[in-house]
Amino acid sequence: MEDVIAIIGGGPAGMEAALSLAGRGHKVYLVEKSDALGGHLARWDRLFPRQDPAQDILDELKAKVAEADDRIEVVSGVRPQSLKRRMRGLELMLSDQRLLQVDAVLVTCGFELFRAERKEEYGYGIYENVLTSADLETRFKEKKVLCSDGKPPRKVAFVHCVGSRDEKVDHTYCSKVCCVTAVKQACEVKELYPEAEVFNLYMDLRMFDRYFEQMYHKAQSHYGVHFVRGRLSEVSETVEGKLQLKTEDTLLGRPMKLTVDMLVLMVGMQACQGTEELAEKLDLKISASDHFLETKDLFLRGNQAHSKGIFLAGACTGPKSLPETLQDARSAAESIHRYLTD
Amino acid sequence: MKDFGFGIKKSGVIDLDKADFSLFKEIAEEEPSFLHCFYCGTCTATCSAGKYTGFNLRRLQLLVKRGQLEEVARRISECMLCGKCQWACPKGVNTRHIVTLVNKKLHARKIH
Amino acid sequence: MKLEGKKLIWKDYQKEIPDDKYFYVRSCIRQNMFPASEHYFLKIMREDLGKDVFETEHHTTCGGIGYHCDVIKIETIMSIVARQFALMTEAGYRNYAVSCITSFGLYTEIIHTWHTFPEILENTRRQLKQATGREFEIPEHVAHASDIIFKLRHEIAAKAKYKLVDKKTGRPLKVVEHIGCHYAKMFPHKGVGGAEYPYVLAGMIEAWGGEIVDYPERRHCCGFGFRQYFVKANRGYSLSNTHKKFESMEPFKPDMIITNCPGCPYFMDRWQYVISETEGKTYGENGQGIPVFTYEEVAGLVMGYDPWDLGLQVHQIGPEPVLDKMGIPYDPEAKYKGLEGQDLGKPELPKNICCC
Repeated sequence: MEDVIAIIGGGPAGMEAALSLAGRGHKVYLVEKSDALGGHLARWDRLFPRQDPAQDILDELKAKVAEADDRIEVVSGVRPQSLKRRMRGLELMLSDQRLLQVDAVLVTCGFELFRAERKEEYGYGIYENVLTSADLETRFKEKKVLCSDGKPPRKVAFVHCVGSRDEKVDHTYCSKVCCVTAVKQACEVKELYPEAEVFNLYMDLRMFDRYFEQMYHKAQSHYGVHFVRGRLSEVSETVEGKLQLKTEDTLLGRPMKLTVDMLVLMVGMQACQGTEELAEKLDLKISASDHFLETKDLFLRGNQAHSKGIFLAGACTGPKSLPETLQDARSAAESIHRYLTD
Repeated sequence: MKDFGFGIKKSGVIDLDKADFSLFKEIAEEEPSFLHCFYCGTCTATCSAGKYTGFNLRRLQLLVKRGQLEEVARRISECMLCGKCQWACPKGVNTRHIVTLVNKKLHARKIH
Repeated sequence: MKLEGKKLIWKDYQKEIPDDKYFYVRSCIRQNMFPASEHYFLKIMREDLGKDVFETEHHTTCGGIGYHCDVIKIETIMSIVARQFALMTEAGYRNYAVSCITSFGLYTEIIHTWHTFPEILENTRRQLKQATGREFEIPEHVAHASDIIFKLRHEIAAKAKYKLVDKKTGRPLKVVEHIGCHYAKMFPHKGVGGAEYPYVLAGMIEAWGGEIVDYPERRHCCGFGFRQYFVKANRGYSLSNTHKKFESMEPFKPDMIITNCPGCPYFMDRWQYVISETEGKTYGENGQGIPVFTYEEVAGLVMGYDPWDLGLQVHQIGPEPVLDKMGIPYDPEAKYKGLEGQDLGKPELPKNICCC
């Protein structure tokens, strides 16, 4: 009898894990709450570190999932309702009352972007030309990066760590990908508008991965992006509708004021709103400090949840870049395969 | 004008909207390694002059980039041009060239 | 600017403000600087709106000035505050209305401290009992008096004779709202609308027909800062902060400023004169300053009270341009007459700023 796995979440992690498991001869239900697969990837334009189009990666994943339709059944528009343990395996009830008999469950419910409105002092949702990194990505996709008056921006600032490393919003952790995304987007703005002055306001530049330091170097030397070490304190609108920023140039030890046409907030990752509810239904553990799901350990059981037969992958266990998410998905598939065949 | 014994203080804020970036741009053009600095402070730590004066090459480069030319002018002559910083720099910044360029260009602007 | 975004934030900072039955405590310094503001708060509350507001001559300073000048310890302040609460308890009230912003901040801070550290509360109770024989309850609600006027702003609007509108053109007056630092910066949830986009004065401006000016330095302190003003050597600091605010609001061409703190309106009013004398600069129309009001004065004006009864003649920057715009009649000859019509003498007019 073939083994059956339910995957909760049809983003890149869910799709990649489904493909790995299908490749090993397992049957997969890929359960997605929205109508389409792809998660956050669907709204992104280009991906660090080498500007690969996000659409190409998504298309390839989707095509492969479609091809594997003998083994992968996509169940969209539904959420898990309850999980019961049976003599053999698990019984997963979905919100449309459909009952799935499975041998293992993989949770890949991903992350949510930090709601930038919560940083009231940055004026998102109040001042027209304050965007989030995700908004900017949509504009890159539409090839239209303009201020609210329809003019190209002449001065743009990127704010790192929005909703990350911030006790005031109960997010003490680093979201990991925002620094490199800010460097990527700053360079992309300079590609579009070489005459524009671009400022990146950062606390630390966390260029942790291969190619990232090179990107930073190129942003400075080739694109002439200005890096200012200091966290944005407040934003206001001037009488002309520009944005007046206050920060400290901490490397000079002096407060700094600058006015820009467009401000981009690098919003961090946070656990999805429904994580707590899902954790209750599937008997998962949530970290009290960052609210992401907890794996059994961080080393040899890095994809196992605390209860038997339940596995975790992707950004639901903490901020991850896309390559890390895909690797984590394949690693989870391997863990599940071992669990089912042992 | 009346003297009340107190008055409006000069602001210590770096106002980037009013900063003079001309020196920054000229030096970056003539010495592109000026853009490579990531402000690690290796130069300052090893600097011969910096131990006995207020000279700080990391800070000086940043002041140029923020257009704070008067403060640059107050400090630039403290450098002895020994070149130790260049030897130490992990980013290959041509520091001696930058110091001489700053000096030359400040003179041309009559900022002393 | 998208008002919808601000409204979403305002929703997160709603505080419960009773609309009646208050024990009222005055500020130490406001009666000297804005002699009629507190009187008109009581008059409007009691006579126009029919509310029960009680005050007692036994109330003293809260000690906030000493606290912020670093000369009185917090434990001492707590005993003083406990005594005020005892007066409220003895008078049979549970809602505490505060005229001063710093007092309001201090009350909020102390109540928070007592909730967090019950042993400190017990200590205060013991000390008050030993020193005065009194006992006290913590108020159920502590409201700044501007919270109460905010709460009743529509009732006032319904009875208003004048609006914050240029009567000739129908243009809403552009109003800068300035909030005292100790109102919500320490405890944003204790302020109407929070600390970032406070709604307490903005709501009054809206309800009375004006337009709110959102200028870059709206959050900036007026510069009073207690020690920064009281020590003459530091006064330049105080002046510089006010100057920064005026430079920032100038391009928006505000018609007037409305405030809810004892110090702020005083300094924003008087420093305009000092700036004109030292820098030769003025910020209002035709070489005038921008008139600065307390919210009680503005409430009194829209309710139709006489500007001179409201004490507006003691302002450095004359209120006449605003009165003219709103179409409020006034007798220039009566400006410097006392309540019984006696001549108070005319002040010397400054050279560099036109003060009517």
